[in-house]
Amino acid sequence: MARITASVYTSHVPAIGAALDLGKAQEPYWQPVFAGYDYGKEWIKEQKPDVIFLVYNDHATAFSLDFIPTFAIGTGAEYQPADEGWGPRPVPKVIGHPQLAAHIAQSVIQDDFDLTIVNKMDVDHGLTVPLSLMFGQQDPQHGAWPCAVIPFAVNVVQYPVPSGRRCFQLGQAIRRAVESFDGDLNVQIWGTGGMSHQLQGPRAGLINKEWDNAFLDRLIADPAGLAQLPHIDYVREAGSEGIELVMWLIARGAMSDVAGGPAPEVKQRFYHVPASNTAVGHLILENKQ
Amino acid sequence: MALNKPYLDLPGTTIFDAEQSRKGYWLNQFCMSLMKADNRARFKADERAYLDEWAMSEEQKQAVLDRDLNRCIALGGNIYFLAKIGATDGKSFQQMAGSMTGMTEEEYRDMMLGGGRSAEGNRYLGEDGDAQPQHQPQGKSKGSN
Repeated sequence: MARITASVYTSHVPAIGAALDLGKAQEPYWQPVFAGYDYGKEWIKEQKPDVIFLVYNDHATAFSLDFIPTFAIGTGAEYQPADEGWGPRPVPKVIGHPQLAAHIAQSVIQDDFDLTIVNKMDVDHGLTVPLSLMFGQQDPQHGAWPCAVIPFAVNVVQYPVPSGRRCFQLGQAIRRAVESFDGDLNVQIWGTGGMSHQLQGPRAGLINKEWDNAFLDRLIADPAGLAQLPHIDYVREAGSEGIELVMWLIARGAMSDVAGGPAPEVKQRFYHVPASNTAVGHLILENKQ
Repeated sequence: MALNKPYLDLPGTTIFDAEQSRKGYWLNQFCMSLMKADNRARFKADERAYLDEWAMSEEQKQAVLDRDLNRCIALGGNIYFLAKIGATDGKSFQQMAGSMTGMTEEEYRDMMLGGGRSAEGNRYLGEDGDAQPQHQPQGKSKGSN
């Protein structure tokens, strides 16, 4: 059977992608950011996931105001890196896993989560920056991401976004769906976005280290309690774009301990300010076998 | 019955909700059009003529021409859409975000390097933090640049 072996959490700041793509990773400004992912890059080489279920948000790229799906699962065979106005990132195309994605869609919808199914879309920095952080740079033509990716886009752009509680429950439904798939697959689930940041208005630049670190503490030890936090707390404490952190609760909800298993092992915890306008957070949680 | 909007007491922040989205529909869709290189070229060649192709209000068009992002947001714009204008102008997200505070690019960058803007005094309207209306614009030049 397929199983979720680990969850990875990371910010997906576009400037991180630009720094990598423009060869600035060793500059003093960026070096401490990338150093936080050195462990994860080695760890994932040993883990060798077959599929990553990657929870992210589209930033007015594939979804304009024409369509605003709350939860959208990519069931396509492949996805191109999007031109977000600066030209597409020079990274390989993303290969999907249509069989597992379709299975999860059917299972999760039957479990009362009304997903939007997407077979064709481009993927923006929200999805490709986490891949670059964990797998390093890949040649756009001759290279390839080392595993399949199921994109799972969450609306965190137009309020109201889904609640933390709903995201946490959805993660649990995704775990049940993965475990009912007849195929021996090592699946990881990633939650991306955040941490504290605000990109608009006179309050732009807000960062809240204490709140972010308390969020990481609770995500590890008390995710069910954390999932009860209302939207307004994210916005007030972590900035208007800090609301992206609800996506981390989808990944956390898919871990075994939420279904009565042992607590996950914390393999990596990292926090750094700033990357452009944003606080960078990163966690790796591994299910005990 | 009125909708529940618990976020109206945040200083210096506009939450992009259904009402803002409705107001800003054409402004944001204009921004989306700038994801195509041909459209970027046409916009740059004659901004006014390009804007006149869209069902935007005159206020929205003027805010775009002025690159007044705070005004664009008040008129229904969303930062991820407005970022397409910034990309067309060759501006980074940091430059765009900083432009909404009144700070110079250097002042804003220094604030971020110093750990960012504190939440202290900036959680509720009526407090005394740097994002409050009574402290705008921010920065030494007081937004005169």
